[in-house]
Amino acid sequence: MQRGFSSQLNSSSLRPGELQLSVERLQLNFGGVTALLGVDLQIRQGEIFAIIGPNGAGKTSLLNCISGLYHPQRGRILFYHNGEHDLTHLRPHQIARLGVARTFQNIELFRHMTVLDNLLAGAHIHMKSNLLASLIYWGMAQREQIQFRRFIEDIIELLEIQAIRNKVVATLPYGLQKRVELGRALALRPAILLLDEPMAGMNTEEKEDMARFILDVNEEYGVTIVLIEHDMGVVMDISDRVAVLNFGQKIAEGAPDEVRNNPLVIEAYLGEEHAALLTRPFSKS
Amino acid sequence: MPETLPQFLYEHAQRTPNRPALRERLYGIWQTLTWREYYEHVKYFALGLVSLGLQPQETIAIIGDNRPEWLIAELAAQSVGAKSVGVYQDSIASEVVYILNHADVTFVVVEDQEQVDKILEIWPQLQGVRKAIYYDPKGLRNYTEEFLMYFPQVEALGREYEKEHPGWFEERLSQGRGDDIAILSTTSGTTANPKLAMLTHKSMLSMGRNLMKVDPLTPQDNFVSFLPLAWIGEQMMVMSCGLQIGFTVNFPEEPETVQHDLREIGPQVMFSPPRIWESLVSQVQVKIEDTTALKRAMYNWAMRIGYRMADTRFRKETPSPWLRLLYFLADWLVFQEIKDQLGLRHLKRAYTGGAALGPDTFRFFHALGVNLKQIYGQTEINGIAVLHRDGDIKFQTVGTPLPETEVKIDESGEILMRSPAVMVGYYRNPEATAEALRDGWLHSGDAGYFDEDGHLVVIDRVKDVMTLHDGTKFSPQFIENKLKFSPYIKEAVVFGGDWPYVTAMINIDFANVGKWAEKHQIAYTTYTDLSQKPEVYRLIRKHVEQANADLPPAARIQRFLLLHKELDADDAELTRTRKVRRRLIAQRYADLISALYSHASYVDVETTITYQDGRTAKIQTRVSIESLDGERKLS
Repeated sequence: MQRGFSSQLNSSSLRPGELQLSVERLQLNFGGVTALLGVDLQIRQGEIFAIIGPNGAGKTSLLNCISGLYHPQRGRILFYHNGEHDLTHLRPHQIARLGVARTFQNIELFRHMTVLDNLLAGAHIHMKSNLLASLIYWGMAQREQIQFRRFIEDIIELLEIQAIRNKVVATLPYGLQKRVELGRALALRPAILLLDEPMAGMNTEEKEDMARFILDVNEEYGVTIVLIEHDMGVVMDISDRVAVLNFGQKIAEGAPDEVRNNPLVIEAYLGEEHAALLTRPFSKS
Repeated sequence: MPETLPQFLYEHAQRTPNRPALRERLYGIWQTLTWREYYEHVKYFALGLVSLGLQPQETIAIIGDNRPEWLIAELAAQSVGAKSVGVYQDSIASEVVYILNHADVTFVVVEDQEQVDKILEIWPQLQGVRKAIYYDPKGLRNYTEEFLMYFPQVEALGREYEKEHPGWFEERLSQGRGDDIAILSTTSGTTANPKLAMLTHKSMLSMGRNLMKVDPLTPQDNFVSFLPLAWIGEQMMVMSCGLQIGFTVNFPEEPETVQHDLREIGPQVMFSPPRIWESLVSQVQVKIEDTTALKRAMYNWAMRIGYRMADTRFRKETPSPWLRLLYFLADWLVFQEIKDQLGLRHLKRAYTGGAALGPDTFRFFHALGVNLKQIYGQTEINGIAVLHRDGDIKFQTVGTPLPETEVKIDESGEILMRSPAVMVGYYRNPEATAEALRDGWLHSGDAGYFDEDGHLVVIDRVKDVMTLHDGTKFSPQFIENKLKFSPYIKEAVVFGGDWPYVTAMINIDFANVGKWAEKHQIAYTTYTDLSQKPEVYRLIRKHVEQANADLPPAARIQRFLLLHKELDADDAELTRTRKVRRRLIAQRYADLISALYSHASYVDVETTITYQDGRTAKIQTRVSIESLDGERKLS
């Protein structure tokens, strides 16, 4: 009858408030197109950091640079986890092993595997038994498997997905798949969690659930969270700090209230609206 | 001889310390609590409460899903001479306030953050509550209110107390008497605020004892506890029966996993209200519609044989060898599989009670070979007073009284009962007590009669029985159950008593009608939208016509409408046990009802809905009305 989380979810050993991730003068070009231009960010242990901005502002590109899917032409990304690591030129699996976990805008799960197997796959990066030992499933390998299953069960409990534990991912509704993807990222035992539009396409109830899970992960276990999100209500509600990107440049950064009232930000958003209004042909309703 | 429920627990812990008492599916695995562990949890939690100041005669409240801690808290209170009251976990804040204050609760045990938040919200309104104790710590790490405590903390206090007062607990436990109040049980309250029936240990134990005289159970049996423990039916199985005989009580992981967990355990006994049985029927019907033609044909063939067998048995005739052979085949090919899927395969018997179950649902389960029996009783008599005996089942009746139970009908047609299981009275409500208990007889408020075989037939609540325009007495519930046999109809409210003809307000079953709509490529957005689709009206019309076919002409439904919102306990339209609050609905939907009795083909309504957190909102809708006599009128 032991309730509550028994595993360590947060692998970061920094104290809250210490610098964890530092993005310095990042520049990313695709041929002639500049996606990011001299972006600086400082993310601290234990905060919820939101990156917002109009479509095409470079938000996802920035996340992709951090997780190693893109390599920037200029600037560097430093990550503090048992010492300083330069992520700029590392490969994605090396970055994941350091404790940087992420979810994607479009769900990237093993669609034909069960929820449980997807989560276990997320945790496999920490398993030490080799193939042969796992096949024999005895001693060390067996103990390790049990220990990991216990850890995964904690995540299942945390995200309230007990009822779908053995369901194949492809058969689940979208909102639940998103939740499983968060679980898979948590199974990595992250030091920092990057979420790319975790609430896109969800209804209000699903959004509320997801916001609660994100807060749980952050408040209960102190995991640092960097999220991209379009729903301003959510961003303003749950974030500690917000950075605004526009055309690949950071135009503002600060607490949600400061950012909300920043004239540059209003222009970036409203300017787009006005432009849209002006270019749209008049139509009869 | 043990006199109280916790004394029985002590007995089991002495005699069979290592047998499984409780099992809970936690982290995907069934985790067992032996009788000794169960007893120790109760002991230390009780001592913890005592060291926090719990006195004999006081009341603790428990709010939460079915978990071992629920039972531990209840037994802990009882073992030191206090009592408990269960509160339905989906109760809204104002209901919780009412019960906690009315019952003079001093400690409240809650499950998780959701319930803790509810308690925090109402804390200023609570009158005597000293501590709120939670047992699922998730999300509660940063709560600093000093009246909040974590369940194991209380147990730790209990261990300390034991060191200073060794042997005190066992001494106190043995002082418990059968006449002590064990629980306050909320009555369903179809009319007003719930009343709290005071039930003694003696009365609870006598009910379980007498039930098991008729239907014996063994310590090897399993029971799955998934209905609210605040409900008398669950108290009856888990406490009155479970503690006396010592079977294993199993708790599902989450409300959503009940079906799966039920199947893994395969219990020997079940007691559920009609809605559970109805939903099982719907599940089977919908799955069969989705399956291949061959399987559907097999199912239809098997069900025909099943029904023949069931009807033969109902007539108490011996089935012919040929029918028995066919049934054996049908069972082997189809029924075993269905029962396995539903988790009913190992059932010795199953009970339904709390409201009337439609005869069609009843026949369905007997066709499958599930020994489903109707019971009759109420909270005030500890749940069961009358039930079917094996091999003597008539689905129109509720069977014959339990041993030590007398039942009679008074001049007005009301059912009166007398037995050791009757309550002492309502807590702090002498007027209601005087009305319910007169000269030692419990006045049930139900109308009924005995048939030629001595079976009790319950018609309906006395005040609900309606007189049709041709003078016959009729039960609206009977018609409603006919309707509810359709997988597409979730709830129905029938009117007709004071009116020239019979009409119905129907709630569609969102899941099943939604599936049907998808299959027929009907696009819809919300429940309200779906309920007002002309195609859905046509679908439901067919099912209403089917129900009408079995009814006498005067009782047939002439006009009906599909309600734009689901009847909900949060809106006080249903009780927490999902019984329809007829009077309140008649008031709230007066416009709809008068439209049912006009020539209108639609009516515009604005309703107020209450969310779980107590907020309200208004919605406006046009509701169509369908007439069954001749031309169809749809807007």
